[in-house]
Amino acid sequence: MVTLTHYLALSALLFGIGAVGFLIRRNALIIFMCVELMLNAAGLAFVAASRYRGLLEGQLTVFFVLTVAAAEVAVGLALMVAIFRTKRTTNVDELSGLRG
Amino acid sequence: MGELIAFYLLAGIAVATALAMVITRNAVHSALFLVLNLVVVAVFYLLLGAPFVAMVQIAVYAGAVMVLFLFVIMMLGAERVGGTTGLRWQVPLAGALGAALIGGTLFAFLRAPAGLAPVGSPPVPFGDPAAIGERLLTTYVLPFEITSVLLLIAMIGAVVLARDSGPEGK
Repeated sequence: MVTLTHYLALSALLFGIGAVGFLIRRNALIIFMCVELMLNAAGLAFVAASRYRGLLEGQLTVFFVLTVAAAEVAVGLALMVAIFRTKRTTNVDELSGLRG
Repeated sequence: MGELIAFYLLAGIAVATALAMVITRNAVHSALFLVLNLVVVAVFYLLLGAPFVAMVQIAVYAGAVMVLFLFVIMMLGAERVGGTTGLRWQVPLAGALGAALIGGTLFAFLRAPAGLAPVGSPPVPFGDPAAIGERLLTTYVLPFEITSVLLLIAMIGAVVLARDSGPEGK
């Protein structure tokens, strides 16, 4: 029998992998993808809890998170294109122009 | 029993693709692994009685968002960017902290008594587009409208940021 704990554990695992990837990768695009992975893991926990409780609100939350994530990706990738135009790189280690 | 086998199979694919996404050196491969991961999570949504969210996930996330990602990766030629990191100590530290995060979360979930209960069978029309649409346009109409304004703002922001008309442009 698949329980809520199964889904929550899987969600925690995916979130942790995304968090580690966020910390170790230096390519800004891959860091962005890790953020998407973490958002997605949280969505899985939401939908599992929604099913467990028998409430629709968890699914609606995921729907809103999806829309906000789409907006975030559009703006974030546009930012990255703008940064690439001036700095010619997507490596976050080289983007240290604000360092004192 | 069959459900449990399906769960473990899909969970294995999800974890494997997530790991491959983080490990692989090629940004395009990373994006494709993430697409597979998002599709597997959409299948989980179907198993959890959320067909509408599953289809939105495939159409918006695995479709539109990831195509945008691939466009930008190929446009910037960022797939070649290697993994030479400036901070050597960061990788083991990040691994340890990530393991601690996963361990702590698992501990919190596994000790909760409610978490051990089976996922109950939901009422029959659960998570179908009609139910979700009705709820969106009645109880949650304000967040729904705010989301539309947010998408408009994001669209304008993306156009302004990616526009190629600086002082040295046109």
